Amino acid sequence: MNKKIKKIFQSNEPYIFLIIILLGIVVQIRSGQFFTANNIVDLLSAMIVPGLFAIAEFMALIAGGIDVSFPALASLSAYATTKLLLDKNYEGNVLLAFVIAIAIGAVLGAVNGYFIGYLNLNAMIVTLGSASIFQGIMQGTLRANQLSVIPSGMKSFGTAAFLTATNKTNGLTSILPYTFIILVLVCAVMHFVLHYTIFGRGIYAIGGNPLSAHTAGFNVKRTKFIMYIMIGMIASASGICRVCMMQQMHPTNMLGMEMNIIAGVVLGGVALTGGAGTLTGCILGTFLIILVQNSMILLGIPTTWSDVFVGLVIVIGVSLTAWQSNRTSKSKKKSVKEGA
Amino acid sequence: MSQCLLKAEHIKISFGNVHALRDVSLEILPGEIHCLAGENGCGKSTIIKIISGVYQRDGGTIEFNGQKIDKISPIDAINLGIQVIYQDFALFPNLTVAENLALNTELASRKKTVSWKNVRKIAEEAVSKINFQVDLDQKVQELTVAQKQMVAISRALMSNAKLIIMDEPTTALTKKEVSALFKIILKLKEQGIAILFISHKLDEVFEISDRFTIFRDGQMVATGSTKELDDKKFTYYMTGREFSDKIFVPENLSDKPVFELRNLTLDGAFSDINLSLRRGEILGITGLLDSGRTELGLSMFGLKPADSGQIMKEGKEIRLTNPREAIANSIGYVPEDRLSEGLFLTQSIGDNIIISEIDKLKKKNGQFDLKKRDEEVEKWVKELEIKTNNPNNAATTLSGGNQQRIVLAKWLACNLDVLILNGPTVGVDIGSKHDIHMVLQRLANQGLGIIIISDDLPEVIQNCSRVLVIKNGKIKSEYDTQNVSEQMIIDDMM
Repeated sequence: MNKKIKKIFQSNEPYIFLIIILLGIVVQIRSGQFFTANNIVDLLSAMIVPGLFAIAEFMALIAGGIDVSFPALASLSAYATTKLLLDKNYEGNVLLAFVIAIAIGAVLGAVNGYFIGYLNLNAMIVTLGSASIFQGIMQGTLRANQLSVIPSGMKSFGTAAFLTATNKTNGLTSILPYTFIILVLVCAVMHFVLHYTIFGRGIYAIGGNPLSAHTAGFNVKRTKFIMYIMIGMIASASGICRVCMMQQMHPTNMLGMEMNIIAGVVLGGVALTGGAGTLTGCILGTFLIILVQNSMILLGIPTTWSDVFVGLVIVIGVSLTAWQSNRTSKSKKKSVKEGA
Repeated sequence: MSQCLLKAEHIKISFGNVHALRDVSLEILPGEIHCLAGENGCGKSTIIKIISGVYQRDGGTIEFNGQKIDKISPIDAINLGIQVIYQDFALFPNLTVAENLALNTELASRKKTVSWKNVRKIAEEAVSKINFQVDLDQKVQELTVAQKQMVAISRALMSNAKLIIMDEPTTALTKKEVSALFKIILKLKEQGIAILFISHKLDEVFEISDRFTIFRDGQMVATGSTKELDDKKFTYYMTGREFSDKIFVPENLSDKPVFELRNLTLDGAFSDINLSLRRGEILGITGLLDSGRTELGLSMFGLKPADSGQIMKEGKEIRLTNPREAIANSIGYVPEDRLSEGLFLTQSIGDNIIISEIDKLKKKNGQFDLKKRDEEVEKWVKELEIKTNNPNNAATTLSGGNQQRIVLAKWLACNLDVLILNGPTVGVDIGSKHDIHMVLQRLANQGLGIIIISDDLPEVIQNCSRVLVIKNGKIKSEYDTQNVSEQMIIDDMM
């Protein structure tokens, strides 16, 4: 039992969880507003889009790759979808928007996947390039500008409340939109895929040792290819969620999110070298970043300082991770010596 | 011979313009232990990769279990019953032992989902086959090398293997672990599994194998029963050269010792070590892995400063608390793991050579003297016969033996009085090993004091004039190598 507890504390997740709780308590003491229903709901709703992105990025990192193109990819597919539906005067269900965006996302993801998987190019370089291309297509070819009206189906989906919470002291009301269900759903599906399918274990195996994965009989190229398609699909779904929730399509609004997302995922204990990390850690790490960003207001710190604090959390968090892995490898060395 | 388990004939493969294998043949009988030997780069690894479906051959035929095999993928090879245990074990360090063991079976079953209950069952079955005790929930990266190897073997046994190929399985193992491995290999043989054992260590070939095949430069030079093989023939087949087994006799001994230790003690590692080394002498220090021999080496170079006792250089007491002080006293150290500790692998050969004396290679104004650098590099490449056509190539482009020579060159460039080498030829093939020994003997005759720390007894006996045996951190005995046998040393070590 003792060994089990020790094992748990060798990973990042419990520490991130503790930091989240501690930060919550600090904010609560300062403002008295943290553990209120509407604040929690606000946080959860702020988590939807970054959470989806984080899950997509998580997969790329586990496989030993990286994806910096997902904001551009999501922007392009969401923009193209919204524009298309507007042009056609589409009045129906939001489902079609998701279907179209996910289809576009799959195609764009396949482009990444082809270069990274089949041509075995460096994932960082490929996605840096494709990010520029996606953005270029959106702003150049599609002449993207802000769409302040979105199709009615998307509009109602973004405002429909799955949960409503009212703060009794100040009467503020926050809603948790149905998009939250999408995050939960994707989370559950990805947990299943990564943990209970050969494909998912293949992603871990490739991240651990791509050559061994090949010799063990995994189709490394195809696994990577399909994985980047999935990343494109999740990112695009996230893009549509964002448009629905904001009630407008702002083409450049999501660009630049990649760094904070990657930082959050790494903070959650996912190794940049691939193979190590859990979905729980990924979600916790992302939540911590969201929490820091959103709690600035409650703490009375000007929002201009938000970036500094997020940066601090990242640096401290990653240092802790390094210290942690250093410590475990040291104790490992010791035990090896004793064994020899 | 129709009863061959594996019959590979006239195999050819080339990569670009390099003919890695030209017309080699290999025959393995069912249930035999077959040893494939050869120097680095002779094509041993290449043939394994062809048999296991990683590379596709350019020509030749392969028959396995009486069945002609045209083009196979790694999965086909596994399904046929061919399993390879690579030097890096091809394990997944980030996954648990259980998953590592079960992954192949799960993959081969062509199922789409993973049942963790099933994974556990498979894993338990796998380790029970060789009575291997291990925590199945541990991640593989937390295991020792020997344990990882056991995981790899257990995994190989899972898929009804008929032939298990082990690529230099003993390289990173201690003596004890090697004998444990050999026991398992013999057990597998009893079960009728053929083993192809890749090695370039002669004693292992004799100890374990029934038959052997030797490759040189992508060609098969000999094959037959191990009984008909002896040391001399083996070395000749491997290298195409004949070596004398003369024991080193110092020609140029100084009267006074250049380096002495008096009652040197490092708590928990060694205690009361007394030794003296004269110029021109090669002193061997041997002992088991945990005897404290490595720590002693590190203390003599200031990497692990001793707790008490004296270190004397040319009769004067010196203090060694860090490597810089050791270098200032003209003491050099070549570490055990030359790849990770001794070399900047991605840097050029030349830069690796001059790194220790870089301070001396500047002009009066402090600028780096490139001309002087090139002269130094050229001098040492020549002196140590480093095989390269361009010293500006990265150190990774060289073979193990040549890399070891760079590390030597690096130290010799500092005009040393004392050179300490820890396991100087670990992982180096016979030919290069011999060349390094010759270089060391020549250097000793030029007046260098050399200490070789090694558990390779033939190496110690042939190249040292005296040998100290360390056991549990104390000097157990001292011998003149002219009248000592390996067995005497082993008895003292154990």
